[in-house]
Amino acid sequence: MSNNDNGNAQRYWARNLRLLLILLAVWWVVSFGAGILWVDSLNAFTIPGTGFEVGFWFAQQGSIYVFVALIFIYARLMTKLDEEFDVHED
Amino acid sequence: MDVKTWTFIIVGATFALYIGIAIWSRAGSTKDFYIAGGGVHPIVNGMATGADWMSAASFISMAGLISFMGYDGAVYLMGWTGGYVLLALLLAPYLRKFGKFTVPDFVGDRYYSNTARIVAVICAIFVSFTYVAGQMRGVGVVFSRFLEVDINTGVVIGMAIVFFYAVLGGMKGITYTQAAQYCVLIFAYLVPAIFISILLTDHLIPQIGFGGSLGGAIGSQIANGENVRLLDKLNQLNTELGFAEYTSGQKSRLDVLCITGALMAGTAGLPHVIVRFYTVPKVRDARISAGWALLFIAILYTTAPAVAAFARTNLIDTVSGASYETVEGEKSIPQWFKAWEDTGLLAWVDKNEDGKVQYVAGAALTGKPSFAEGRGAHGERRVSNSNPDSKNELYVDRDIIVLANPEIADLPAWIIALVAAGGLAAALSTAAGLLLVVSTSISHDLLKRVFLPQISEKQELLAARVAAAFAVMIAGYFGINPPGFVAQVVAFAFGLAASSFFPAIILGIFVKRANREGVISGMLVGIVFTASYIIYFKFMGGTPDQYWFGISPEGIGALGMMINFAVAFVVSRFTPEPPQEVQELVEHIRVPAGSSGPSAAH
Repeated sequence: MSNNDNGNAQRYWARNLRLLLILLAVWWVVSFGAGILWVDSLNAFTIPGTGFEVGFWFAQQGSIYVFVALIFIYARLMTKLDEEFDVHED
Repeated sequence: MDVKTWTFIIVGATFALYIGIAIWSRAGSTKDFYIAGGGVHPIVNGMATGADWMSAASFISMAGLISFMGYDGAVYLMGWTGGYVLLALLLAPYLRKFGKFTVPDFVGDRYYSNTARIVAVICAIFVSFTYVAGQMRGVGVVFSRFLEVDINTGVVIGMAIVFFYAVLGGMKGITYTQAAQYCVLIFAYLVPAIFISILLTDHLIPQIGFGGSLGGAIGSQIANGENVRLLDKLNQLNTELGFAEYTSGQKSRLDVLCITGALMAGTAGLPHVIVRFYTVPKVRDARISAGWALLFIAILYTTAPAVAAFARTNLIDTVSGASYETVEGEKSIPQWFKAWEDTGLLAWVDKNEDGKVQYVAGAALTGKPSFAEGRGAHGERRVSNSNPDSKNELYVDRDIIVLANPEIADLPAWIIALVAAGGLAAALSTAAGLLLVVSTSISHDLLKRVFLPQISEKQELLAARVAAAFAVMIAGYFGINPPGFVAQVVAFAFGLAASSFFPAIILGIFVKRANREGVISGMLVGIVFTASYIIYFKFMGGTPDQYWFGISPEGIGALGMMINFAVAFVVSRFTPEPPQEVQELVEHIRVPAGSSGPSAAH
């Protein structure tokens, strides 16, 4: 590997890590945060038009929807990042 | 047509489908056998992963568990789905780039050590067998309940089917069969759920009905003219009978946190799930495939809590205070109650001798019902282990929530048959995936990579088939003679995966400095810590008041994982850094380019 390639790979990796940290922060907030730690205070509110208490909804429904969305967002952003740094396959 | 005829037709048709797929997708090489040739479409792989992941327990028991746990059931819902985020972001793409066949492959190569490889193999085999015993039993139970054959005959039929497509087709056969099994199981889960949602809340979509008002044919009777939300009504019913409010939990927050964490990390560390991501053509496919897998899983996992709440509301309303004998003009128990009492999943003891079912908080019996000969005063089955300390008269097995749901809601016979086929699909698909891990561990990780590196590909493929055949037979043996500790050991499987594989793989990818000494000591300390805690509380009579900080054995894997990380990190600091070629391997897997074939950069 030449130095230039090496620098490119390192910048790519740093961007990747930053993206991971952001997405995992969301992952943590909806599950461990809203679904567990803050569940009692969030349960004081209900989602308008439904009978769901907010904390309970995150614990049994909402967090799962967010998980699915996170993976698709990650896959999309990484494909873009791969192209930007020209490290994509084929 | 009656239920039994329908069940024969539907189960028979699905089995014929699985066998047809197996013949069509025979494996011709070790690459076919281990990773389905590496050419599986990401959506197909997502379906296969979904079926692989959702076991008999997810299909049959989970909604029931949640039904009785209320809010606390969220540990399973979040734990078993949140792990896929970790898998997709932290593991799957890099392992796909690494591009070998198994998890021990990665551990052994990354830590340049056959000791590490063998530790990984032992963990993989242990975790897989723990799981598979429960699956084979599940097959037997579904057969006996719906087709009235002996449980053991059911296990043997299940073995024969799995034998056929796992031994013949390897990963290739399993992948395409699992995709078909996913379709069967999700259809079988959704149809009754939608019917029940309509009956109780007048909503087509269970996830919306869950938060809606009571309505529809059954719901409006329960509401009794009021406009009341299902969850509010359920909280009220639960409280009236002395249970905790449905939407608030009973476990300590720290315990909920630890169990969820252990299940998430364990999910991401289970070898039969990880290995599925070796089967797709590209790194990009591995990322998106995890998304599809979780989407397919989420369809069941967001329906389950809705089913749990519907079933609980309906159950309490139907049986509480109902007279066991049919009395004109009085609330009486329905027909399905007696049918399921005959199977032993329900039991009633008339403690206050008023002929009515008193359902309140507390254990009606000491443990599972042990039935005595004959019938009681009202025609109920006699039970010999009534618990005199509680006023509760009703024992309900949690499995009944899914199995009896179609009857409780009075659905047509073909739907009941469909549930049987779905339960079988869930159990068989998971069993096949696990058995493949066992056979691959033996033929590839032990024989080819450690003991007999000179064997040809043909011999390795034969060894894989023989190992798969033996694994099926051992699994069948455990299905027929289930060790009494299966339920306890499941906590083990997740705890072990969380405290061994998960940190080892993460460090292998993200910390270049992580070396052999660090990771092996981390894995050993993590496993020993987690295993001792579980063994002490599950087998040596430890009591809950001795829990550390109130953490139950199910959640201890989270702590074991952190200890593993800490030990591995510290030991790596004070021992020599990994050799140059291993550091280059880490650089190599971090970048997607050049995933097919050896990289030009090396």
